[in-house]
Amino acid sequence: MGSVPLRSVVFVLCITPFIGLVIDGLNSGLGPDPAEQVMGRSGQWALRMLLLTLLVSPLRQWTAWSMILSCRRILGLFSFFYASMHLASFSHFYIAWQPSLLLDELIRRPYIAAGFTAWLLMLPLAITSSKAWQRRLRRNWRKLHRLIYPATLLACLHLLWQARSDISESLVYTVLAALLLAWRLIPKKGSKGTL
Amino acid sequence: MSRRFVVPKIDSSEITPESVYLNRRELMRAAGLGLSTMALAAAPLTAASTGSAPRPLDFTSPEGEQFSSSEQKTPYADITAYNNFYEFGTDKDDPARYAKEMTIDPWAVEVSGLVLKPGKLNLEDLLSGFDLEERIYRLRCVEAWSMVVPWIGFPLADLLQRFQPLSTAKYVEFRTLYRRSEMRGTRSFGSIIDWPYREGLRLDEAMHPLTLIAVGLYGKTLPHQNGAPLRLVVPWKYGFKSIKSIVSIKLVDRQPATSWQSLAPREYGFYSNVNPAVDHPRWSQKFERRLPSSLFRPNRIPTRMFNGYEEQVAELYRGMDLSKYY
Repeated sequence: MGSVPLRSVVFVLCITPFIGLVIDGLNSGLGPDPAEQVMGRSGQWALRMLLLTLLVSPLRQWTAWSMILSCRRILGLFSFFYASMHLASFSHFYIAWQPSLLLDELIRRPYIAAGFTAWLLMLPLAITSSKAWQRRLRRNWRKLHRLIYPATLLACLHLLWQARSDISESLVYTVLAALLLAWRLIPKKGSKGTL
Repeated sequence: MSRRFVVPKIDSSEITPESVYLNRRELMRAAGLGLSTMALAAAPLTAASTGSAPRPLDFTSPEGEQFSSSEQKTPYADITAYNNFYEFGTDKDDPARYAKEMTIDPWAVEVSGLVLKPGKLNLEDLLSGFDLEERIYRLRCVEAWSMVVPWIGFPLADLLQRFQPLSTAKYVEFRTLYRRSEMRGTRSFGSIIDWPYREGLRLDEAMHPLTLIAVGLYGKTLPHQNGAPLRLVVPWKYGFKSIKSIVSIKLVDRQPATSWQSLAPREYGFYSNVNPAVDHPRWSQKFERRLPSSLFRPNRIPTRMFNGYEEQVAELYRGMDLSKYY
């Protein structure tokens, strides 16, 4: 598969959960409490896309399939897209777009602060994801984009912190994230470090 | 000593486990039902006695505005599709999907502890032994959503008085059924609740006229996911206090440990009265989403002290620091 068809496939797959949400929203398939559905599903997909983004480098190394690198930006941008939707639904349903309430929530609830910080860390990555910015920032681009690591850790913390009675789901995500991050600590020959 | 009257020893392997015994009853009932259906094939259908599908109840509507509400009732479809009943999973639609696996007939509630006449109530006693009333109550979940539910039930006080609480009884402890084979949520590897689910009330809270044992909603018996065959409803407290599918009610002299309190004492107090002024570590309690809520009309309304039942229940907590006894 060429890199353009591959990216098209990945794009369609990435946007499917969003289309699912829109369809459910139009058919009252979100149930009596859409806030919970939209919050839950957008947050879940943000983290899943984040983990898939982190999977690209190891996959390339294991399969030597370098074309897969061309998908990384799409995956990362979709992760940010779902994270922004997550934040927007929180702002809409929970604090009715009142900045003072956001501040209040950030101070009182560390799990919200962790999630919000993860989103903040992803913001510059989304802005500088283009080729032009990559050229402009040169070596610093790579450094900057290492912010995805703390963002991932904070996202897992955000999830673990709010698990109430059953931690299975958040544990699965956290273990996967830990494996993907640990892989990056293994020294690799001929590599100056990857993302 | 009484050598001649030695009780024959029964090998533990000979004792029928309760689950098998229950299954046998189920089989016999199913067989009986099959026969009667054949016999009555030409006769008009009577109410099914399977005990699983909700069936109509006889009830009255009591006098008193505190027992009713002029607010828009949450539709039956929403009340029965959006539930927290962690024995069946933590997603809101898990109970509607999986609670059917729970056997609710036969059912018995044991009333024990500091009562003059300890004993049991079975399902038939519950449905026909008390005067059923419709109570339209607000239900406020600690997760900051709320509903308006037309329950059918009777005051918990009516039930407790039958067993004659002793003067030493100060609290009531409730337990939910715990049957792993029928409750998939209790089998989840990451579940950290110490089953069975437990709740408790102070005796004066339990005897309060608002405190209800619900056996139905919208005029019919409770669906499994709403806590069939009987559940507690304490409308001025967060929803998790209103324990579902009760099998044990025990009167005790000390404040009982409750499931959520044991799990996270900083988050869930024994009282857990609805209180917009006391913040919860997870959710702000100042507002709630009245369900059904929608994308463009979230229906976000301010939460009221004691869920709007302040006039009726504030007296119970006179002189108590509610930020300390949350």
